[in-house]
Amino acid sequence: MRNLWIGIIILTLFNACKSNTKTALPILGYKTPVTKTVNGKTVTDTEYATIPPFKFVNQYADTITEKSLDGKIYVADFFFTTCPSICPVMHRNMLNVYKEFKDDNNFRIISHTIDPKYDTVPVLKRYADKLGIAGNTWWLLHGEKGDTYKIAKSYLQSVSEKNPKGEYIHDGFFILIDKQKRLRGTYEGTDPAEVTKLIADIKTLKAEPDQIAAK
Amino acid sequence: MKLKVIGAIAVLLIVIGASCQSDDQIEFKRYYSAGSLVYQQHCQNCHGDKGQGLSSLIPPLTDSTYLKNNKTVLACFIKNGLKGKITVAGKTFDDQMQADDIAPLEIAKVLTYVTNSFGNKMGTITLQQVQNDLKNCK
Ligand code: HEC
Repeated sequence: MRNLWIGIIILTLFNACKSNTKTALPILGYKTPVTKTVNGKTVTDTEYATIPPFKFVNQYADTITEKSLDGKIYVADFFFTTCPSICPVMHRNMLNVYKEFKDDNNFRIISHTIDPKYDTVPVLKRYADKLGIAGNTWWLLHGEKGDTYKIAKSYLQSVSEKNPKGEYIHDGFFILIDKQKRLRGTYEGTDPAEVTKLIADIKTLKAEPDQIAAK
Repeated sequence: MKLKVIGAIAVLLIVIGASCQSDDQIEFKRYYSAGSLVYQQHCQNCHGDKGQGLSSLIPPLTDSTYLKNNKTVLACFIKNGLKGKITVAGKTFDDQMQADDIAPLEIAKVLTYVTNSFGNKMGTITLQQVQNDLKNCK
């Protein structure tokens, strides 16, 4: 009888732990309390930072705006095609994300070039072909330098002009954005283990009720 | 007496031979392990931790035939960079690799690592070889 109780206690604790690990992904970014009037009553709600509207052009010369990503979970990063350092590693890893979700029309990858002068649309298309990506899962985005650098801040990324050695400086993070355009995770794009976690997190995110409900 | 001398010489030769061989092996191991560090710092981002390359952007370092055929110009590839169409592992690449201004000894080490990893087995590429090859770069 005593053993039975101990067994039940252990089982309960075990289950408690298990349900703990099954939580949804956190919401990142700046929080602002917003006071609204709903049905004549004043309520204070928390609003999370979201990615603001934007307009870029992809490797097919199609215009891409925030509306192109409505109803989609997506991953963003910053790169340039002639980057000798971390970009090949990042995109070798990003290819795994691409392969995992390329048949899911509600998923996208966007890679912003931070060197729009060299990385013109044809250069981006050639890069995409050589990388072996096709279709609309992974867009390589070209835009005004100022626009790209500004949007990078919304993704909590820092990119900057060439350093004295003539290299661009940028973070190698992959940023996970949900259908409400909120930041849900940042992952070191050069680390295969972090990218494996990103793939798992995308699956977790896709299963969240407010992601399933969102259009 | 004569026999003894011959015997002693033979033994001596064997000993020298054996110790030379192990010196070679020690040299190989030194080059190889130092080369793996040079590889991580200078090459791995592009060519990958398994020498796998990246799609059709960056060639793999797993094509032993290509490496053997180009053995005497590999040092030049690193020192002066490489540009233009090449066929590696049955695929065409037409991009460029930047020159990397590392010391000839570093080149010897990293090439020893590359040509004896990822399924390649070409033995030590010595400093002397690299210095010779660098003289003949086009
Ligand atoms: C910035 C990326 C980059 C870096 C760093 C780099 N390579 Fe390369 N490498 C390339 C590209 C691209 C080519 C193909 C060039 C072409 O198409 O002509 C190449 C070609 C080669 C080749 C000949 C083709 C093959 O795959 O066998 C060898 C050998 C090679 N690299 C070795 C090295 C070594 C050793 C290092 C480090 C010292 C290094 N590379 C660093 C991008 C890089």
